[in-house]
Amino acid sequence: MTAERSIDREFEPRLALRRRLGTLFGILSAAAIVIGLTALAVLIADVVRDGWHVLSWDFLTSFPSRRPEQAGIRSALVGTLYLLVLVAIMAFPLGLAAALYLEEFAPKNRLTAIIEVNISNLAAVPSIVYGLLGLGVFVRTFMLGRSLIAGALTLSLLVLPIIIIAAREALRAVPPSIREAGLALGASRWQTVRHFVLPAALPGILTGTILALARAIGETAPLITIGALTYVAFTPKSIFDPFTVLPIQIFNWISRPQPAFHERAAGGIIVLLVVLLVFNGLAIVLRARLQRRIRY
Amino acid sequence: MTTEPTPVTMPTPIDRRAWVERVLTGTQRIDRIRQVRESIVLAVLFLAALVSIGTTLGIIYTLAIETFHFFQRVSIVDFLTDTQWTPLFTEKHFGIWPLLTATLVVSAIAMLVALPLGLLAAIGLSEYASPRLGAIVKPILEILAGVPTVVYGYFALLFVTPLLKRFIPQLEVFNALSAGLVMGIMILPLVASLSEDAMRAVPQSLREGAYALGATKLEVVWRVVVPSSLSGIVAAFILAVSRAIGETMIVAIAAGQVPRFTLNPLVAMETMTAYIVQVSLGDTPHGTLEYQTIFAVGTTLFVITMALNLLSYRFLQRFREVYE
Repeated sequence: MTAERSIDREFEPRLALRRRLGTLFGILSAAAIVIGLTALAVLIADVVRDGWHVLSWDFLTSFPSRRPEQAGIRSALVGTLYLLVLVAIMAFPLGLAAALYLEEFAPKNRLTAIIEVNISNLAAVPSIVYGLLGLGVFVRTFMLGRSLIAGALTLSLLVLPIIIIAAREALRAVPPSIREAGLALGASRWQTVRHFVLPAALPGILTGTILALARAIGETAPLITIGALTYVAFTPKSIFDPFTVLPIQIFNWISRPQPAFHERAAGGIIVLLVVLLVFNGLAIVLRARLQRRIRY
Repeated sequence: MTTEPTPVTMPTPIDRRAWVERVLTGTQRIDRIRQVRESIVLAVLFLAALVSIGTTLGIIYTLAIETFHFFQRVSIVDFLTDTQWTPLFTEKHFGIWPLLTATLVVSAIAMLVALPLGLLAAIGLSEYASPRLGAIVKPILEILAGVPTVVYGYFALLFVTPLLKRFIPQLEVFNALSAGLVMGIMILPLVASLSEDAMRAVPQSLREGAYALGATKLEVVWRVVVPSSLSGIVAAFILAVSRAIGETMIVAIAAGQVPRFTLNPLVAMETMTAYIVQVSLGDTPHGTLEYQTIFAVGTTLFVITMALNLLSYRFLQRFREVYE
């Protein structure tokens, strides 16, 4: 009896206060999200305000120049495009193959575990370290120089872990029953993977690859490190030619003191963001379209 | 299957045995072809998976060999104790500390922004927002992570710095503060997304148990959900620190290129990554001391981020083990 009474006396639920604190905290966490979204909006608004008036056909088709009013992004745009195609050609098959191995074939042993840890580690290695790798291996040891192919190889290694991780997730999303059905019909493991699992996982894999390529488009640091030029007034004729890309051109213009160049930089950023927007849109559309074909 | 199977005819009792043998050898041949093809495919896929190991070895080899050359010319004691970094001047000093402190100052500012905001956003998305709202907000928030860092550099130098200068007149044009703040915004979605994943992995029954005991929503969040997902949240935090330390373009553009041994965020300073960019922009021939410095700095950067990544991975493994 006495114990019960003392609990009654000491226990104060203070429910109103606790609920109010809860609401306050809810508002706080909403504020955190709003801050993030506002920052994005301000960033885009700032860039568009600074750069929209330099956008013109001439801006897209002129080479960079000492005179800001004539400077354009032709070589940068072409360089970005070439680089993108090369990275896609090299990184996609490699990434897909590695993902297929790890997800569908790899035995559960030490080596597999090492490869897995290694890939998740590589995904978190700073991009500039890939630049140093590219400089040491592709530019110097393979003597490729500061060329398009050296840049593409460097970026391919950079996005490879991202593609592998995305592809593995897509493969994992295919229900095991599909594999079991294939094997039960007498198909070999590779036949099952090739004809049943891969088509089902392809939308996810392609989406992941496109997003990885979007990452490659925006990368600046590794390309500066391998020595991509900041002033290029020509378009590369072969994969062994020097090159520049959009982010490097933008960086070059930002680093100049004249405000007129800063406007060009903002214009370049708008083009870069539009390219990325197109890529992300493409990924979304592709996923939606291909997913409609397969239903479990 | 491309190989034609052995034609089937109704066997007479006499050649039934021969027929069975023919079918069997045929199947065996198909099996053998299949096996060969299977192992070739497997070998190719395995080699592709090995490329990642090759990449790591390549990174370690490249960094190690040039760093080794560097330390043949510069004492490792100077590198770790000297507080001046002037490899591009006539009077050369090779103390990593100015680059290291700059990196830490900028990263610390970024973390002051990204960790609380990221955690709050994760709690908001996982515990407070309706699934529909979350489905709209989350992808938009993740756009932040997809914006190229050179764009953030522009934003930091030409928008945030002028804005801050109105309130802090002594702020230099290049400074650690705006670089750090903008970097924090960039890293926010990473923290939010990974922490939210960790919180979603907390079983619903734990929340319901706490509610049944009379806890309010806030108490469920802070005393049940956050502690249960703590190792996942810690993993996200460590990964965020690693990302901040390795981030390059924001600091190269907005934090400046003056290697100063200071903790004052209002002045220009040079991070490890910014130094690598600065040297790479010039034409530095292979074999020179300047060329080797960027590898020595790169090694320092790689070792620090690698240690953080491994630590984060450990935490992540721990939290996965609990609920799977």
